[in-house]
Amino acid sequence: MQMYDLPDARGHFGPYGGVFVAETLIRALDELREQYARFRSDPDFIAEFDDELEHYVGRPSPIYHARRWSGILGGAQLYFKREDLNHTGAHKINNCIGQALLAKRLGKPRIIAETGAGQHGVAAATVAARFGMQCVVYMGSEDIKRQAQNVFRMKLLGAEVVPVESGSRTLKDALNEAMRDWVTNVENTFYIIGTVAGPHPYPMMVRDFQSVIGKECLWQMPKMIGRQPDVIIACVGGGSNAMGIFYPYLAHEDIRLVGVEAAGEGIATGRHSASLGAGRPGVLHGNRTYLLQNEDGQILETHSVSAGLDYPGVGPEHAWLKDLGRAEYVSITDELALKAFGECCRIEGIIPALESAHALAYAAQIAPTLPREKVLLVNLSGRGDKDMNTVAERTGMKL
Amino acid sequence: MNRIDATFARLRAAGRAGLIPYITAGDPSGGATAPLMRALAAAGADVIELGVPFSDPMADGPVIQRASERALARGVGLKQVLEMVAAFRKEDSATPVVLMGYANPIESMGLARFADRAREAGVDGAIVVDYPPEEASEFAASMAERAIATVFLLAPTTPTSRIMAVARLARGYVYYVSLKGVTGAAHLDTTDVIAKLAEIRKHVALPIGVGFGIRDAAGAQAIAAHADAVVIGSRIIQEIEGGTPEEASARAGAWLATIRNAVDTVTKRAA
Repeated sequence: MQMYDLPDARGHFGPYGGVFVAETLIRALDELREQYARFRSDPDFIAEFDDELEHYVGRPSPIYHARRWSGILGGAQLYFKREDLNHTGAHKINNCIGQALLAKRLGKPRIIAETGAGQHGVAAATVAARFGMQCVVYMGSEDIKRQAQNVFRMKLLGAEVVPVESGSRTLKDALNEAMRDWVTNVENTFYIIGTVAGPHPYPMMVRDFQSVIGKECLWQMPKMIGRQPDVIIACVGGGSNAMGIFYPYLAHEDIRLVGVEAAGEGIATGRHSASLGAGRPGVLHGNRTYLLQNEDGQILETHSVSAGLDYPGVGPEHAWLKDLGRAEYVSITDELALKAFGECCRIEGIIPALESAHALAYAAQIAPTLPREKVLLVNLSGRGDKDMNTVAERTGMKL
Repeated sequence: MNRIDATFARLRAAGRAGLIPYITAGDPSGGATAPLMRALAAAGADVIELGVPFSDPMADGPVIQRASERALARGVGLKQVLEMVAAFRKEDSATPVVLMGYANPIESMGLARFADRAREAGVDGAIVVDYPPEEASEFAASMAERAIATVFLLAPTTPTSRIMAVARLARGYVYYVSLKGVTGAAHLDTTDVIAKLAEIRKHVALPIGVGFGIRDAAGAQAIAAHADAVVIGSRIIQEIEGGTPEEASARAGAWLATIRNAVDTVTKRAA
């Protein structure tokens, strides 16, 4: 692979990415791009980001060797990067800290965010409280019904949660509504996008903030086992936890990078969220990428048992890594993800997020086919406390 | 000379401001669109902007979102919209038609295929909200090859350097988005608009249409005194929503006629 230095100046990863937004937002994105270019190499900014990650988020997150589960599977060894141990319970906070620090430097007192399951909304509300900013979170009214606990969390943290009643009333519509807010309040508002999608510079910026995950693995793995892993596995909805762990490893060409999308009830049923596996390129939410869309170019409703993977697009850098062949993308059904969820609970004493359970399921699928000395590093991107209702419902239990 | 340029030349010669209504194709029904367009033309529309329904209309306010959802629920997509334009063209060969929508349905059809079909249907221009000039060169070239104008947006937040970039690529007219917000918003400040129009005119020779947030005769008059055309969308759709589907053409036409009269009492100062 030749030197990887993407995106280009206008945010392109090959044919993907870019800036596909209405004219009104262009100046704000230009300003963000210029300011981010300045701060990403500013020692004071980096020091403050690192300090927040250490003392507020609790980094570095450890790597854990899942010995019992590996033993039962009887093949390759499973290691987990424990993003579930972060403050607020997932990797989302890494990015929110970075963007909130940027908002502070840009003098924007108001932040907005979109959320699906509520994890990014909770992380955004958390940093808004931490830095004394006003926070408005857009959430589809369907998701609000399904995620009452996270809605309550956000309110406790002082955020206003605005129900979105348009379109399919889920994550993609919340993103549309956040964009509409931003276009209206662009002078005083910073939009914290939760994943490696959206218009440039968001995919790059979110990747950079999340790449702390992979950078830690780069020194943690040799310390633990004397070498780097053979395969790195992460779930992909928008793709921020996967980009975060993949990016520092892109140049390590002998290491396989595997993104796991949600196959929902099965790709053939049409009820899934596998944009890379079953979609085709198009333009949505400010960037060109693989999208689940019908033949008229209308965006389709998606399905996954995990709300965090339930999105019809995917970060443009994943689209490019797929085309390049540098990363592989596979998919795991609801059923297999739930099975891995249960096994991880019972065998390792770790309750994973349903999103992360997709990555675990794929690891559990390939581990038995590989020799015992092979090492699979799975990004355990979040914990599953938020999923109790969903899992109870799926397994016929009443809480 | 294409229909848009001819229309603005005629308006300029007469010292009149143009009136550009917007409706979403396929709302209130697929069959209603061509008759609605004829009613708007009869009520004095100089150009008709026809919205292409999209599942994720990021730049639109609630009124146009609703119209888009109603049209999609009836299965109206880009292909059907082009058929509606062709139906309208059988009855009206003079009124320019400009499609307005988002990039994905066009990319899904393919740029060249879209441009061919648009030309066959009798489309005169296209506004793609999420194609800023940096991402639109291939699209604009493909449209220009078929003599279809790519109409670009300018916003209150657009700096001078970008106005110049847009001026190089734009054809037909430029569309000045009169406020920071979505379509149909309610906080239009005419003074700000007038100041920005003066700046835009230093760099843009094309006619300037102004839209987003114009909802009544007084607002239309205030803008018409300074712009080359007034664009009205959400307010017309509300007029359509206010009656039965059968009344759509009559209601939209009657309302637009009152705006036409109001605009015509204004002598355009900028020429």
